[in-house]
Amino acid sequence: MIFEDEPVPGYPLPILPGHVSPGRLERVLRAGAFAVTTELAPPDSANPEDVFVRARVFDGYVDAINATDGSGANCHMSSVAVCALLTRVGYAPVMQISCRDKNRIAIQGDILGGAAMGVCNMLCLSGDGVQAGDHPQAKPVFDLDSLSLLEIGCTLRDQHRFQSGRKISYSPRVFFGAAENPCGPPVEHRALRLAKKIAAGAQFIQTQYVYDLDRLRQFLRAVEDLGLLDKVFLLIGVGPFKTAKGAEFMRNNVPGLHIPDAIVKRLAGAQDQAREGRNICIELIQEIRTIKGVHGVHVMAYRQEESVAEIIRDSGVLQGRVPWYPGRDQNPADRKAS
Amino acid sequence: MYSVRLWSVRHARGLNRFYNAFERALLGLAPLFRAIGYQRLERPVAALERGVKGLLFDCKMCGQCVLSSTGMSCPMNCPKNIRNGPCGGVRANGHCEVKPEMRCVWVQAFAGAERMPSGLDRIRVVQAPVDRRLEGRSSWLKVVRDKTDSPKPETKK
Repeated sequence: MIFEDEPVPGYPLPILPGHVSPGRLERVLRAGAFAVTTELAPPDSANPEDVFVRARVFDGYVDAINATDGSGANCHMSSVAVCALLTRVGYAPVMQISCRDKNRIAIQGDILGGAAMGVCNMLCLSGDGVQAGDHPQAKPVFDLDSLSLLEIGCTLRDQHRFQSGRKISYSPRVFFGAAENPCGPPVEHRALRLAKKIAAGAQFIQTQYVYDLDRLRQFLRAVEDLGLLDKVFLLIGVGPFKTAKGAEFMRNNVPGLHIPDAIVKRLAGAQDQAREGRNICIELIQEIRTIKGVHGVHVMAYRQEESVAEIIRDSGVLQGRVPWYPGRDQNPADRKAS
Repeated sequence: MYSVRLWSVRHARGLNRFYNAFERALLGLAPLFRAIGYQRLERPVAALERGVKGLLFDCKMCGQCVLSSTGMSCPMNCPKNIRNGPCGGVRANGHCEVKPEMRCVWVQAFAGAERMPSGLDRIRVVQAPVDRRLEGRSSWLKVVRDKTDSPKPETKK
């Protein structure tokens, strides 16, 4: 998709009526395209090239790249910095903000700073507990939670003031998102929590991994009953398993993750488990694409990021669309397709 | 105490009814409180509140109680202090991801809210972030002051 009003491709777009951000992710979603986002694991390094190398593997297949904020409570390059680097070359990052490590003073500063660096999308998270990571001796902050963070972000953007009430002179033009786990207990109340997130200002949702589509449909029915279908852009989390063992490990060690037996069995019975893992992911994406109320997928492929491009290509969900990447419009093949 | 905390959630309906009567009584005492002076009452009332609510709810004395909106399950017992839960990390058995031996405070909150009249409506309200200045102070006195005094700048959020 080429937006004809792009001043310099990859740089902030004019904000259309009804839009809040100058970003490409909001454009793609509001234009009705099936969006694809993915996750970049920030490097344990101070070298910017390590970020660019990690982003490049997604070129041409994703509309936005999430920069995780100390995911799993492990220390890495900060999400603000990763996003600032990505915007330098025109990528559309989603800056993840976790409440675990910073209080409201630091977080509001990061929202302004991130927006000033050209970050158009921010994902508000509570964050994993410190016990899960490599610094269990650290002080968990949790001054805010994901919902109060959303509200504070929207106050900055829409009311041009900090939580304290003090005015800001130029508001952050940010498309705010949140996470949800359609398969996590209490399953029957997850739609209600989504309703709270929408009330707090969430405009898009990226979910935890979903491997059980029956549960997803059940969740969406509850969302529909609350009258909230299509009130928020819903991107469903998916990801490939490399091995049956890996799936078993995640199932036992990642709280909130629900992986049906059938998937583990299918992986275990395959000759090439990695291949089968990717096939399962592709089939999930293709099926998710047909579900009413879903607007895209969020592909998380930790330590197998190079498989994302192949998975998206083989799933066919982009339908020939080539999301922007640095140099796309100089590439004759992609230029024609887009 | 953990077992009493679970009992309180199971009896959320009765506790809610009791609290509503208790609050009415407190509001009736507002003129007396004003005469004695809130400042002077703060320490003894806070100590009493800590004792009672500590036993029943493992109250952490955040000073801005939301138990009536959280099914009588205190959100400050959530290791992430989430006032609008549950997070995405709840275990399949409904326990906490941080403290696996503890039931998720928010799974409990929804169970309690289901027992309370309009509990599910109240749990839907987005809770504002905690005002850390109120920690250790009496929530009961705050309720009385908020509902009977003209708004004071000190307690605005």
